[in-house]
Amino acid sequence: MSDLLAARSQMAMSLGFHIIFAVIGVAMPLMMTIAEWRWVRTGDPAYLALARRWAKGAAILFAVGAVSGTVLSFELGLLWPRFMDWAGAIIGPLFALEGFAFFTEAIFLGIYLYGWHHLRPTLHIAAGIIVTTSGVVSAAVVTTANAWMNTPAGFELADGLPHDIRPWAVMTNPHALHESLHMVLAAFAATGLLVAGIHAFLILRGAHDNFHRYALAIALLVGGIPTLLQSISGDALTKVVAAHQPAKLAAMEALFHTAPGAAFHLGGLPDEESESVPYSLEIPKLLSLLLYLDPQATVAGLDRTPRRDWPPVAVVHVAFQIMVGAGMVMMMLVLWAAWRWKQGRLYEDRLLLWALALGAPLGFLAIEAGWVVTEVGRQPWIIYGIMRTSEAVTPMPGIAIPFVMFTVLYGVLALVVVWTISRHISATERHGHPPESGEVR
Amino acid sequence: MTLDILLAGMLLGALVFYVLTGGADFGAGVWTLLARGKRGHLHQALIDRAIGPIWESNHVWLILIVTILFAGFPRAFAVITTALHIPLTALLVAIVLRGSAFVFRTHDVRPRSDHDASQVFWRRIFAGSSLVAPLMLGTTIGTIASGRLSERLPSFFELFVAPWLAFFPLLVGCFTLALFVSLAAIYLILETADPLLQEDLRRRALVLWIIVSSLGGIVLIESRTGAPVIYDGLAHTGGGRAILGLTAIAGLVTLAALLLRRFRTARAAAAAQVILIIFGWAVSQYPYLVVPNVRLPEAAAPDQVLRLLVWSLLIGGLVLFPSLFYLYRVFKAHALFAPPADR
Ligand code: HDD
Ligand code: HEM
Ligand code: HEM
Repeated sequence: MSDLLAARSQMAMSLGFHIIFAVIGVAMPLMMTIAEWRWVRTGDPAYLALARRWAKGAAILFAVGAVSGTVLSFELGLLWPRFMDWAGAIIGPLFALEGFAFFTEAIFLGIYLYGWHHLRPTLHIAAGIIVTTSGVVSAAVVTTANAWMNTPAGFELADGLPHDIRPWAVMTNPHALHESLHMVLAAFAATGLLVAGIHAFLILRGAHDNFHRYALAIALLVGGIPTLLQSISGDALTKVVAAHQPAKLAAMEALFHTAPGAAFHLGGLPDEESESVPYSLEIPKLLSLLLYLDPQATVAGLDRTPRRDWPPVAVVHVAFQIMVGAGMVMMMLVLWAAWRWKQGRLYEDRLLLWALALGAPLGFLAIEAGWVVTEVGRQPWIIYGIMRTSEAVTPMPGIAIPFVMFTVLYGVLALVVVWTISRHISATERHGHPPESGEVR
Repeated sequence: MTLDILLAGMLLGALVFYVLTGGADFGAGVWTLLARGKRGHLHQALIDRAIGPIWESNHVWLILIVTILFAGFPRAFAVITTALHIPLTALLVAIVLRGSAFVFRTHDVRPRSDHDASQVFWRRIFAGSSLVAPLMLGTTIGTIASGRLSERLPSFFELFVAPWLAFFPLLVGCFTLALFVSLAAIYLILETADPLLQEDLRRRALVLWIIVSSLGGIVLIESRTGAPVIYDGLAHTGGGRAILGLTAIAGLVTLAALLLRRFRTARAAAAAQVILIIFGWAVSQYPYLVVPNVRLPEAAAPDQVLRLLVWSLLIGGLVLFPSLFYLYRVFKAHALFAPPADR
């Protein structure tokens, strides 16, 4: 394994691990806060039990999110020192801003998780709201930094170095708004549907108390609305990619040849050698229509980009199909659930509950796939059009060693997390809503 | 004062906060090693209760340090993360294990007995990683100060191992560890009302006082060859000598206060000593960010970025400090805000 490949794999693995916990860290606090607020409003103890139960399990996930994030902030230098040397001054301020968001998040999370007996409920709920807000801000800010790597802006290039940095233009780079919005929606959609799926499963297993019904309702609400919005946001994001990163778009859509009235390829495994897309269903003119609302519009294909600047087409195309496919299925699940809810039969439709349970991981699948589209689709560039990934990598040899080490470490951690959380879930199942005594430690 | 110095000062401030808070959390983790025997479970419970609500917040100082470093002084960040890849990776592994082991142990659904195999396992991981992290952090700082990151022969060993695998950096690592552990012992005294626990901790703090003082002396003597820039700054300038003198006084006050059971005074003096040590290092290393080839002001980001960072930190501080105050007010009222009479 070459050092470059090892470094890319280590980055991808660390990010792919972190994002799972980060996303839960964004959305879970909102759900806990809603449950606690319902308790204050209705006085129903099942809501309080729910808020506490969620908080106790989520505390583990928050901690793993925080430590894996720390690894990332060092890895930017450990793996890509030349990138950070070049771009640190440009995207660094965004990360510093992020640092403050982490601070408020961690502080009020501590207050929320450990402060059940120290604070009045209104203050406690306020702490939960602050945690949610800072989580959303940190997700948006870090995605903005990533957006800058896609559409670098806000500086002048002279002698191969950045000059005249304009921080505001960096923060408002063309990708920033759409990408951050898409990411934040993804966080709520994925976490909401995951939690909904878990509680749907427990209801199927015979837990028929209010605890699980409330949980399902809150999770569906928090996950469902963003899921529906996600297709709009994704569509807008695709158009931004088409405008600024034509090679990435062509790879996403497996479009080898520039053409008016471009066809849409559903599925398929693009072959770079023969420039064809075997096993795909070709729908004439649909791509032009989707992108430009005009069936005759010309869409730039990969032939506009020199071959050495192509991203790996097959990976990007398949990942894009997985994300969009997962998004469609999630939307159907949400609409189905909404319809049953309106009929007042949400908790009785066993088929729906099974579908929700099986669809629980879909949002996370979409997130991982979406990041593969963004990151692999940007290759061979680390800063699009400016710096190649191969120019950025550390001179340190033997990167395969830390890569394997972190992979094993994270693998073990993932197993332990799954095991611990499943103990939490099965404890909930057995006791219905257990009489939480004392502090949530 | 120019912007680069202002920002470097803020970086140093963040480091002080990290050492005083996050550093002590690592130290407390190391004390789990001794939480055995008759009162072992009481010590363990005390440590868990003391760091539970705050360690994640304290940890964010480190993240702030890293981000200020790469935003304001990208060259320094690149040099450090390249040459110190190995100790920094070890630091990261320790950070990951420390945090995860702590939550796995304290957030299990059904509270289990202290002797449960998984509890024992996670406690060991927690303690071991709390021990490795300060060592690596100190080694990193020792290397930065030592001047061993200069141009070297292009061999793997010379570039990536020799700079830090040397007597002086490792000595600074040990000193850092001892400092964190001793801070933790002194803080913990004020977290409990149990006189027996207090007495245990006081004895440990006294032992640690001896270790910290001797290691501190050795670091100073060794810096003569190990980190000449630091030695010159401390021993050959008026300011440096003044800082050394004050550090020694703070040490003696800590000792006296521990002997007299004036624990609040001991805590204040120990914290002052840490601040002086960090300050002394920084002042004598100025204008180097990394000795001997990354210097201020050349290594700083352009002024518009520095200005943005300084303002963000100032405005961010307006949110951060009241929030931190509130956090400590809620959970540390007994140790920080209660009148001294009832300790
Ligand atoms: C719940 C998760 C989820 C769902 C249902 C979708 N996405 Fe997505 N998508 C993400 C989660 C995500 C993501 C993982 O969060 C990404 C990676 C980078 C980013 O900001 O969002 C992403 C990236 C991403 C990109 C790449 C942006 C870039 O390269 O900068 C495009 C073009 C789309 N998405 C488009 C869509 C479309 C058309 C969808 C139709 C339903 C869709 N996404 C559903
Ligand atoms: C290069 C990429 C990234 C870096 C360097 C990074 C860095 C970090 C760091 C240092 C932390 C720990 C903060 C703490 O101690 O509380 C963290 C946590 C977090 N990160 Fe990331 N992160 C990255 C990618 C992302 C992305 C893409 C998201 C988008 C959702 C994200 C969202 C979060 C959130 C919400 C948390 C809080 C975690 C929790 O409380 O569970 N991060 N990240
Ligand atoms: C948390 C969600 C993210 C995931 C899952 C993710 C995924 C990936 C993947 C798969 C790669 C490898 C691409 C390749 O080499 O083929 C990669 C590379 C990289 N990512 Fe991301 N990414 C995420 C967010 C971010 C963010 C927010 C940033 C920075 C602000 C970032 C910075 C980088 C860098 C610097 C590389 C290495 C250079 C490169 O390969 O272009 N990533 N990431």
